[in-house]
Amino acid sequence: MSMKENLEQIRSEALAAIAADGADLEALRVKYLGKKGELTAVLRGMGQLTPEERPVVGQIANEVRADIEAAMTARKETLAAEALERRLKEEKLDVTMPGTAAKMGHVHPLNLVQRDLEDIFIGLGFSIEEGPEVEYDYYNFQALNIPEEHPARDTQDTFYITEKMLLRTQTSSVQARVMENKKPPIRIISPGRVYRSDAMDATHSPLFHQLEGLVIDKGITMGDLRGTLDTFAKQEFGSDTRIRFRPHHFPFTEPSAEVDISCFVCGGKGCRLCKNEGWIEILGAGMVHPHVLEMGGIDPTVYSGFAFGLGVERIAMLKYHIDDIRHLYENDVRFLSQF
Amino acid sequence: MNLSMKWLADYVDVSDVDIRDYCEKLTYTGSKVEGYEVLGEDIINVVVARIVKMERHPDSDHLFICQVDCGAAAEGIQQIVTGAQNIFEGAIVPAALPVAHLPGDVTIKAGKLRGVPSNGMLCSFGEMNLTEHDCPGKEANGILILDEDYADKIGMDIREALDLTDTVVEFEITSNRPDCLSVIGLARETAVSFGRPLTLHTPEVKGANDGDKIENYLTVGIEAPDLCYRYAARVVKNVKIGPSPLWMRRRLRAAGVRPINNIVDITNYVMLEYGQPMHAFDYSMLEGASIRVRRAAEGECFKSLDDIDHVLDSSMLVIADEKKACALAGVMGGANSEIKDTTATVVFESACFLGSSVRVTAKKNKMRTESSSRFEKELDPNNAMPALQRACELVELLGAGDVVDGIIDCYPTHKPEVKIPFEVERMNRFLGVELTREYMVDILEKLECRIEDDMIIPPSFRGDLNLMSDIAEEIIRIYGYNEIKATYMNAETTQGGRNPKQAFEVALDRALYGMGLDQIQTFSFISPKFYDRIRMPADSKLRKSVVISNPLGEDTSVMRTTALPSMLEVLERNNNFSNENVRLFEDATVYIPSENEGDLPAEKKVLTLGMYGGVDFYAMKGVIENILTLARIKDAVFTAYSEDPAYHPGRCAKVLTEGGAELAVFGQIHPLVAADYGFNQPVYCAAVDFEALWENANTVIDYKPLPKFPATTRDFSFICPEDMEVGSIISVMRKAGGKLCENVALFDIYRGASIGEGNKSVAIRVTLRATDKTLTVEEADKATKKILKDLEFKLGLTLRA
Repeated sequence: MSMKENLEQIRSEALAAIAADGADLEALRVKYLGKKGELTAVLRGMGQLTPEERPVVGQIANEVRADIEAAMTARKETLAAEALERRLKEEKLDVTMPGTAAKMGHVHPLNLVQRDLEDIFIGLGFSIEEGPEVEYDYYNFQALNIPEEHPARDTQDTFYITEKMLLRTQTSSVQARVMENKKPPIRIISPGRVYRSDAMDATHSPLFHQLEGLVIDKGITMGDLRGTLDTFAKQEFGSDTRIRFRPHHFPFTEPSAEVDISCFVCGGKGCRLCKNEGWIEILGAGMVHPHVLEMGGIDPTVYSGFAFGLGVERIAMLKYHIDDIRHLYENDVRFLSQF
Repeated sequence: MNLSMKWLADYVDVSDVDIRDYCEKLTYTGSKVEGYEVLGEDIINVVVARIVKMERHPDSDHLFICQVDCGAAAEGIQQIVTGAQNIFEGAIVPAALPVAHLPGDVTIKAGKLRGVPSNGMLCSFGEMNLTEHDCPGKEANGILILDEDYADKIGMDIREALDLTDTVVEFEITSNRPDCLSVIGLARETAVSFGRPLTLHTPEVKGANDGDKIENYLTVGIEAPDLCYRYAARVVKNVKIGPSPLWMRRRLRAAGVRPINNIVDITNYVMLEYGQPMHAFDYSMLEGASIRVRRAAEGECFKSLDDIDHVLDSSMLVIADEKKACALAGVMGGANSEIKDTTATVVFESACFLGSSVRVTAKKNKMRTESSSRFEKELDPNNAMPALQRACELVELLGAGDVVDGIIDCYPTHKPEVKIPFEVERMNRFLGVELTREYMVDILEKLECRIEDDMIIPPSFRGDLNLMSDIAEEIIRIYGYNEIKATYMNAETTQGGRNPKQAFEVALDRALYGMGLDQIQTFSFISPKFYDRIRMPADSKLRKSVVISNPLGEDTSVMRTTALPSMLEVLERNNNFSNENVRLFEDATVYIPSENEGDLPAEKKVLTLGMYGGVDFYAMKGVIENILTLARIKDAVFTAYSEDPAYHPGRCAKVLTEGGAELAVFGQIHPLVAADYGFNQPVYCAAVDFEALWENANTVIDYKPLPKFPATTRDFSFICPEDMEVGSIISVMRKAGGKLCENVALFDIYRGASIGEGNKSVAIRVTLRATDKTLTVEEADKATKKILKDLEFKLGLTLRA
């Protein structure tokens, strides 16, 4: 057998061995390419060749070595890929099992609604003012054009601390405080807790949340009030929502209105939520009474303004179909986790 | 205010308007309608009938078989069996004919009573939901026997015969419109709302014209003119007390007022019609032929009409004779001068009192009446005279007595007329509309305002009209609130938004949701006993709360100085509901009374946390640490705190800033407190002082370049006594490490027999790094040696072998 034939035989044997199942690649490498390997042995016999044959056989030998090495590398990669695939199959997890991260907490629905409302009015250039819940009679009543012995005091059953101090019955108490500390343009909202001595039942709570709005500037009109509340209603309850005003009386606004929104469930056709009226009463509003402006040190012949107040519980209950106000204060996590 | 539509028809004709449209229109012009009721709706197929023949039922000792003439309209003679004992042949009675309906969902069908066919039922007044006041003198326990006047009404629907049909509209009248607490007031609103004419009536009193005059009977003196604007009176003699006529009784009933007798009914009728409360005294009971309008004496006793005794004080106004108080002015008459069946001479009072005085008097005596609830809203003194005349006119109409000639009218001070500049342009601008002057004038005149020299003079019954904005409201409510076009504020731009503190509060809430805590809201008022439940020391300053003087109950009687009991209550409730692994927080407010009396309390926000189930002390500490991270507060100090009896004395920490400001207290709730709230597992709570947290928060972010040179770490392990705090070990090591010490962190704690009882093995990794070079082994060793030296010197610790 010539050397050439010998090399070809080594090549075909080696390639077959590498491709065979269960090939031990390291042993094959030693067998063919190692110091004592078959290829090395053949190359050792190169000295016996003629100078003409040497480069030809040398080239073939190099080709054979390269082929064997390439085949080994390819085979190695294939085996590694197969091994990885096997391992990954074994590592398969049950993806339906629950996650182990700490569960998210939940926002309280009242905070959720309050923040929504805040964000709507912030978008309209309102800032947020806070005021005390334990308040002077002056700010809660007198500065709002409700003097002592005014019959309107009967409609708001008030918790008193002393003769002059009480738990505020409305966030409107912030109005006079703001006017005392700020000059127009005033554009604020004031969310917070208010108190009335109503016993707790499905629709009443002695403590609830309101959000007051107050705008004072030159040239503010009742049309602006309507525009502002229209924007609010569309953002809070959906872009198809309409509003309507009904005349009413509040001592601190004139003219005053109760404001309804078209039912966001039935769109005004009448359903259970709106008690077939098509409309839902949502807030009270009006143009700031000149006396209130005066008491706040603002000249009513120069400035005008509007104010509105809405109940956070009422909106939360409407929006999320909460049937009993007590859920909001019981804080059962089965309730909370739905928000 | 309940308005009878039949009564309204005396003044304005809206008979062609559907009742729903009526209600809606009035609501939109400012008289809010709560609802309406169609009277007589539930009485169907009951007719006036005459019993033409009656005989005993053969098989009964109490039933009668009646042949009843029901008129042509109801198929002539019908046989009806009844058990009533007060009937007789010839009696005129209401007969319910099949299929008839009676109030209370009663249906009458043809049937048999002990074998005898009965084609209907004879009715008592009670079965038609009427009372003895509607049917004076009639027997309640038998069939309603109608008078012979009904002889020509046989076959007539009983609702028509007894005038039972009407529609009653219920209005919610706001406190600024006492004039609308009357038929005339609502008729005026109806007329202007529908653009219909209003037909007002001027009462006419003929008088006895017999030479007798009121001065022979009475003198009146107002001794407290500050509380009484006007006092007018007339006398009626030869009074014949009896029931008032059907139409009057029906109208009173529709308005929700119980008919009593003709004189009392007249006072109520006039009050409902004119909005002017009236009173009638039995003249014979007045001593000294005089009426004195005076303040009550301190401690003066007075028995009101409803037989309740009152003790009066000098803030209250009474109507008195020479000797005694006969009425509490504007509130209620006295038992001593009440109209009785024997009353022969009556004094009618029509007066006007200071609203606030009536309100206080009614409140103090716990007697809010139809009268006081009108007076307290400040009535129009000018209305007193027409009302008085109307009462006397009705006396004559009803033949209830002879009106003595002459009127007493004490009217010392007239209220001045109000004049408001007629500013058309300003009102248009204010409202955002464009209405003509003519249009405004038309509305104002329909509302009985006069316009003179560009001034608007509202009628005296509209005490609520004083300013431009009041007039603007009148115009816009008639024009239509919903005609105003929505506009956007054409004003200076303002920068809205949350201030940094408000924004931080929102960020804090969001971080807590992310850490798995649910947000709660609890009441700000608690029971003072709740302080006991958290074992608050008796001498704790926090026991001094803002106290509500008129609480709903003890449980909600003081403003909380700590929100811990509220949190524990919610945890308890969730535990009772078997909710597991509960983690909660509240942005609570606490109310700390001021040292200075009369000052408002400090309202402080306290972030209150609570957890149970699957948590330990360090889980709560982790939340606190994250809160500190959010506030960018570095180097806060956690120290063991055993002074708060609400907490486990060995598992409670106080968190302070480096400077010593208190940020929070947290830990495991004392087992006794936990047990009191029904827990047999550990409960963890925290109170984070939000104000302090914010004051110490860092809002500035100062980036430090990432290290350029590698760090060297060295691990230390040593055995120390159980009560030695890891914090103090770390603190010593950090100080000893100096500038090179980048981090000192606990990585293992081990307890076991090999270490010995009362000991623990602590493993700590120190990271050393220089900012300007790679540390050499020698430099790292030097730092390590210093750390070991200090540990031994300061804490007596040596490395574990």
